[in-house]
Amino acid sequence: MANEGIGAAVRRKEDARFLTGRANYTDDINRPGQLYMVLVRSPEAHAELVRIDTAAAEAADGVVAVFTGADLEADGVGGIPCAWAVDHEDGTPMAEPVHPVLAQGRVRHVGDPVVAVIAETKAQARAAAGLVDVEYQPVPAIADVAGAVESDAPQIWDEAPGNICFKFGIGDAEAVDAAFDGAAHVVTLDLVNNRLIPNAIEPRAAIGEFEPTSGEYTLYTTSQNPHVIRLLMGAFVLHIPEHKLRVIAPDVGGAFGSKIFHYAEEALVTWASGKLALPVKWTAERSESFMSDAHGRDHVTHAELALDDEGMFLALRTKTLANLGAYISTFGPAVPTYMHAVLFAGCYTTPVIRAVVHGVFTNTVPVDAYRGAGRPEATFMLERLVDIAARKLGMSRVEIRRKNFIKDFPYQTPVALEYDSGDYGGTLDVALELGSWNDFETRREEARARGKFRGIGLSTFIEACGAAPSALAGQLGARAGLFEVGQVRVHPTGSVTVFTGSHSHGQGHETAFAQIVCEALGMSVDQVDVVHGDTGRVPFGMGTYGSRSLAVGGSAIQKALEKIIAKGKKIAAHMMEASEGDVEFADGQFTVVGTDKSTTFGEVALTAYVPHDYPEGLEPGLDETAFYDPVNFTYPAGAHIAEVEIDPETGVVELVALSAADDVGRIINPMIVEGQMHGGMAQGVGQALLEACRYDDDGQLLTGSYMNYTMPRATNFPFFATGHNITHCTHNPLGVKGVGEVGAIGVPAAVINAVVDALAHLGVEHVDMPATPEKVWRIIQDATA
Amino acid sequence: MENFEFHGPSTLDQALAAMGAAEDGKFMAGGQSLLPVMKLELAAPSDVISLAGIEALRGIEADGTTVTIGSAVTHAEVHESEAVRQAIPALADMAGGIGDPQVRNRGTIGGAVAHADPAADYPAALVGLGATVVTDRREISAEDFFQGMFDTPLEDDEIITAVRFPVPERAAYAKFANQASGYAIAGVMVASGDAGIRVAVTGAGSCVFRVTAMEEALAADFSAAALQGIAVDSGDLISEPDASAEYRAHLVSVMARRAVEACG
Repeated sequence: MANEGIGAAVRRKEDARFLTGRANYTDDINRPGQLYMVLVRSPEAHAELVRIDTAAAEAADGVVAVFTGADLEADGVGGIPCAWAVDHEDGTPMAEPVHPVLAQGRVRHVGDPVVAVIAETKAQARAAAGLVDVEYQPVPAIADVAGAVESDAPQIWDEAPGNICFKFGIGDAEAVDAAFDGAAHVVTLDLVNNRLIPNAIEPRAAIGEFEPTSGEYTLYTTSQNPHVIRLLMGAFVLHIPEHKLRVIAPDVGGAFGSKIFHYAEEALVTWASGKLALPVKWTAERSESFMSDAHGRDHVTHAELALDDEGMFLALRTKTLANLGAYISTFGPAVPTYMHAVLFAGCYTTPVIRAVVHGVFTNTVPVDAYRGAGRPEATFMLERLVDIAARKLGMSRVEIRRKNFIKDFPYQTPVALEYDSGDYGGTLDVALELGSWNDFETRREEARARGKFRGIGLSTFIEACGAAPSALAGQLGARAGLFEVGQVRVHPTGSVTVFTGSHSHGQGHETAFAQIVCEALGMSVDQVDVVHGDTGRVPFGMGTYGSRSLAVGGSAIQKALEKIIAKGKKIAAHMMEASEGDVEFADGQFTVVGTDKSTTFGEVALTAYVPHDYPEGLEPGLDETAFYDPVNFTYPAGAHIAEVEIDPETGVVELVALSAADDVGRIINPMIVEGQMHGGMAQGVGQALLEACRYDDDGQLLTGSYMNYTMPRATNFPFFATGHNITHCTHNPLGVKGVGEVGAIGVPAAVINAVVDALAHLGVEHVDMPATPEKVWRIIQDATA
Repeated sequence: MENFEFHGPSTLDQALAAMGAAEDGKFMAGGQSLLPVMKLELAAPSDVISLAGIEALRGIEADGTTVTIGSAVTHAEVHESEAVRQAIPALADMAGGIGDPQVRNRGTIGGAVAHADPAADYPAALVGLGATVVTDRREISAEDFFQGMFDTPLEDDEIITAVRFPVPERAAYAKFANQASGYAIAGVMVASGDAGIRVAVTGAGSCVFRVTAMEEALAADFSAAALQGIAVDSGDLISEPDASAEYRAHLVSVMARRAVEACG
């Protein structure tokens, strides 16, 4: 049998159905008697709802029902909850205005849902939605996060004076100020971390179905975490107990964070299916995705780094305005705080750090986690500052990093986290080799001879993944645990079904998780199926985000496998008439130490289900469940190198090389790891060079389609070079760290550092993302004027 | 998208008859501009009359002095046509840079010309090469044809049957594309031949236009250096978040120089 265990590049089991068009996405599901919902969304960024006239829509062909916020309010439907609250630094709670499922009294962003029209066909629902007459009384709007905190800015919530949701702070301000006062050098940077629109290839969709005889609701939805949706929607919005609510997230076509959150449409179709006793389906149009999927990033940051004469970092001081959008999304407050500010040590021994983050309401789509979620922003700020410092001190960009690297583990940072393992210098060495860093200057000169500005850039970074130790998360404001669940069901003839609370929407869990089973039980991936995405089949789960699936979900499976093997040893000992303590298990065989006695895993499994001759007192069956709560985050780290060539005549930045060396912990499937790295790197390039979500001064979304929102294309990329320098996580049973986000975290800073390097001879210190042609051309014009 | 009646005529007469009978009919060539507009419900014709099945609108003919391209010929066919490549390589290259493969396999020269999108590539090719638009009832010079943004002299029931290009001595097209849409921010066709020396610009303004100052400079000295210092007035150009009028004006000069260089 070929080795299909840990470390094998097994081809993804799930790809056959994806590549042959046989996947089962939410929109592929059609329930008997299904109705269709279309939403009337606000064209205004900020307006009072004066009047909603639904009479013409109700009278239109095929229309079954038209619902407004008033209908939901009358039925006791709750607001969409926030799952992670962030207090002000003084301990008072954040401003937490109610996020209604359909607008109540006022709309607060373009795309805010106002009316739900439900009809027998989608065309009828669309036509009727066009007949709904909503009178809006526009009021001043603000989309820009810096503008929203100005004293004369339009106020979005009565409960949030100055549009402030929270004023978060971490770190010792006095110690930091003192370190700055005594520092030989201080470098400063003002930056904008550009707002992004996620753009999963599968638009969001949801079907609600109510079964009147049992009183059970089923929600089919495009989610990364069906149990979390069941909890949030059931407990807070619709008041349906868990045993009467099943949430199924079938095949999901990409998510990148945007399908973590509980959205209004999920609650609407579920609630309406109960009211109408018929299934109700909603599928987003692409233009709806742009204005209703939670956006990412959108920070304005001022950062300062203090250094001594030798280039050692003494202190870091930052202030960030983080755009939360018009409403608090599920994890919106946690992203710029506990997934951002606590990362500010990076790979460095900076002894004192002070970070202030203000969460700010604006008239924009809610902002929440998007691949990397806080960590790309942290890395961009830090790695830009380090490059600026290197230039100011006349040090090489490699040496200043090496000098400040953390070398001894575990390492307690001044911003809450304790890193368990890593080898930042070794990883950097791999990257420098991959990126041919040392002979770059000849390439710069060769490009200059062709009239091009060539630059090379480096970023080194850590991320915190594997969220999270539940007790710690709870102290930091999480309103849920962040453990994971794995169930391993060994069938009588020895094949295995794994039930996992993680959810695969591109990650390849069906293969990688099967490989963990293969490694433990000595079988092939064909003998293992992985079931996920169904609260009716999987005991419980917290879902997939923050690169947590393998570290937390995989560890839960490993823990369940350990229970399976322990029980198997009991059965095998009885079968071989040996003492349990003398039984060993390896490569699918139970053996008795010091004898030639053996029995196979399959024979033990059969005996567990046919317990005719069986250990006294032992339960039949071989089916074990583990709840795994990690003791720490995991800390993947990497070094990424980008090389660019700029056409000074047009400002076009061409990415000519991109290399990534990462420590992602133990690798289960190197092919999947490489694929994850490539995907993240592509999104990192998108943020650095192409993607910019823009609103105008009135809060209108200017980039609401692919005509003006630039998604990366294959032609935007060179061939990527990837490499590894692996250290194992010390605190989870698999030694794994996480790979899903590394590219999106490390690449933007590397690319912009390369762009700035290409322009450094003109005196350019910083370029904000995305480095689009006109922006770069103007920088060159200004610098050479 | 609203409901509509679909017609698939196989002759021009059938197409014209269908249009005559329609309350608010619209001809459709490749549908690459019309269908998106209909999906957004910015257009809702009662009848869509496809021209794709009309054999008389297909085919490419080249005779050494002219290239005549049937209006239903796709961008991909123009790009891959050996006859076009031999006679006017700049035209074949330009067609290969329109949109993406899906668009090039569906979109047609007639449809693109009739739509007269100010950021489309064909207007620069037609004006730059001095082409003639042939319809079911008349011939119109390219410069008279493109009158403004989406504005042409075509009657509602008039069908473009072909576009006729004189073969230039030399020509090249240089395009700076919008990174998101792929449409031209500044696309410049430079040509010299019987139609004179022409510099035609698409994407930068609200309609394709010629740059007389550049044409005169090239008439005196057909070299990139001759264009040094000649710029179009940004006041006449479009300004958008990704590309201001000032940047567009600059790009017109850069693309014009690159097109001249590519002429060899």
